[in-house]
Amino acid sequence: MNTPATLLSVRNLTMRFGGLTAIDDLSLEVPAGKITGIIGPNGAGKTTLFNCLTGFYKPTTGTLRLAHPTRGEMLLEKLPSHRVARDAQVVRTFQNIRLFPKMTVLENLIVAQHNVLQRASMFSIAGLFKLPGYRAAERKAVERAAMWLERLKLTHLADDAAGDLPYGIQRRIEIARALCVDPVLLCLDEPAAGLNPRESAELNELLLYLCGELGIAILLIEHDMSVVMNVSDHIGVISYGRKIAEGTPESVRNNPEVIKAYLGEDEEEEAMGGAAA
Amino acid sequence: MSAIVFARHAMTPTERLRDAGWVAFVGLILGVPLIGLTTVDVGGRLGVETRFGLLLAAVAAVFAGRLLLRWSIDNMRNRKLARDRVSTATAADRAHGAQRVVNVLGWIALGASIALPIVYSDNRYVVDIATTVLIYVMLGWGLNVVVGLAGLLDLGYVAFYAVGAYSYALLSTQYGWGFWEALPVSGALAASFGILLGYPILRLRGDYLAIVTLGFGEIIRVILVNWTEFSGGPNGISSIPRPSFFGLEFTRSAPEGGHSFASFFGLEFSAMHRLIFLYYLILVLALLTHAFVSRLRKLPVGRAWEALREDEIACKAMGMNTTNIKLSAFAIGAMLGGFAGVFFAARQGFISPESFTFTESAIILAIVVLGGMGSQMGVVLAATLLVLIPEFGRNFAEYRMLLFGAAMVLIMVWKPGGLLSHREPTVRLKPLQRSKPAAAGTEVAQ
Repeated sequence: MNTPATLLSVRNLTMRFGGLTAIDDLSLEVPAGKITGIIGPNGAGKTTLFNCLTGFYKPTTGTLRLAHPTRGEMLLEKLPSHRVARDAQVVRTFQNIRLFPKMTVLENLIVAQHNVLQRASMFSIAGLFKLPGYRAAERKAVERAAMWLERLKLTHLADDAAGDLPYGIQRRIEIARALCVDPVLLCLDEPAAGLNPRESAELNELLLYLCGELGIAILLIEHDMSVVMNVSDHIGVISYGRKIAEGTPESVRNNPEVIKAYLGEDEEEEAMGGAAA
Repeated sequence: MSAIVFARHAMTPTERLRDAGWVAFVGLILGVPLIGLTTVDVGGRLGVETRFGLLLAAVAAVFAGRLLLRWSIDNMRNRKLARDRVSTATAADRAHGAQRVVNVLGWIALGASIALPIVYSDNRYVVDIATTVLIYVMLGWGLNVVVGLAGLLDLGYVAFYAVGAYSYALLSTQYGWGFWEALPVSGALAASFGILLGYPILRLRGDYLAIVTLGFGEIIRVILVNWTEFSGGPNGISSIPRPSFFGLEFTRSAPEGGHSFASFFGLEFSAMHRLIFLYYLILVLALLTHAFVSRLRKLPVGRAWEALREDEIACKAMGMNTTNIKLSAFAIGAMLGGFAGVFFAARQGFISPESFTFTESAIILAIVVLGGMGSQMGVVLAATLLVLIPEFGRNFAEYRMLLFGAAMVLIMVWKPGGLLSHREPTVRLKPLQRSKPAAAGTEVAQ
């Protein structure tokens, strides 16, 4: 592959809300075609990092440089949120699922292809008269959506309203919808939250497939260690807005700094401590 | 209050008694000064008389009424639950059934609206009311784009109606434009006002948006009232030319060297000709609006409107430019309102700012909400109801509006999602079984 080794480099990122510093001088590299995990205790600034990355917040200082494989270098902090997804192809999911609940699953996935379809419909004129060019584009969009539905085992639910489906399935739909935007970097905010162990295992498989077969770089915020430790090539640990460690899952797991801030004595102990509290 | 009356959970008999007791107690407290005590004239002085018998009767009536109300609400809910449990139909079947009901209703409405002026060809009152219904249907469909599809609460929709009406009135009386020339121009003008309103309020949602649109509606009205040289002020604009039938005027006597509608077709002149023509004109305009909006709903822009209503942040995360989506909703909604305004001016022949008060906006919004947000057929039903109820209520004289309000409350209690709250998907992966080919959505997937 001739893609550059680093897809996204976060340099000296700081985000302040009034007196509160949510992210404090954070630097991080996200390699292309790899899965990067971000972990840290609650309130560490993980979701704030995502919000800065995807244009929902304007960082106080710092740069977010994306080396897009085909469109050249982009500074994400300068783009409004819809252009981060449309032009930079950095697409995110949300910690508290944000589907279009009254629309069907298929419609959710077609809406994600809005920009392609809107261009094909030529300000709706070609669409209003059902010109062949637009109809072909729409058929392609449906096929693409159907392909992702098939791959995420959602085909039988395609025509159901997304908001009526169980939580775990809604999580899958949100990932499928993000994939329909055609991301080069997929940012997943706690995709395993609320999933049972079997669903988590399926998620692992999916993430490895997306990254291994399709070469989509993934940035993953997750509390479920069985997911992060198993799939991540590289993990960054954040605590109080600062990066306290970075490296392979193995090195992070054994880093005393991380253990002190987050994991407790070791994983089993932490789980028991959590139960006792 | 409504929270108490329509509490969500079912009640046990004791709870129901206690509830009725409390309500009767409130009734008693209110009743003592209102019913229990009354003043009488005792030889030129004011005396107080007690009417505790009457008060007791009133409190008993409140108690019984409350019991009955609670009992019937619970009973209805239980029956509905039982029905739901018994029916083995899948969600898809039910949706399919609902869609079929809507389709059948639509064809019936279309047939009835075409036949109506033929049946009532000499009843001016009926044709007039039907025309009014159709104007509201068209306005409802226009506002449905903004409120029902895009989810942007607009309380000043009447402003665009006014822009359309005044554009036609001024273009025709000042510059001699005909109806068909003025129609697209006035629509475009209303659309630009829509964008004008849209820009400053892009970042607002919900209540805040509603307040600003309310203000906008008032600004337009106040300008029309006060800018006398431009709009004629409170006197309005009169003798607005009526639309002609392909150049044939609806006049008693034919113009020099030409024909009027009646003389051309060899008919005896009747004032009804014009009314029936106007009726069919608004019917055609409304049907075009319907075709346009239904088609748009299935296009990317329509799906984007619905997505915007569902979750604006998710829209942005999907790379959608929400600014353009909102502005397009405002522009298209305003344009349709403008078309309706042009027709209104042409039909009335006289317009004044009085026709464009906040009450109009409220009624149009009520039509959209009562009909079921985003439902095209629901708008037709609600518009018919909201125009007809006050008409039928004429016998009740001053209690007319009370009846109107009560009807609205009852509909919303009975159907909180509106009369027709079923939403038909814009595209399906699998066409429905056992169905007639249902519109354009199915053919895409084949």
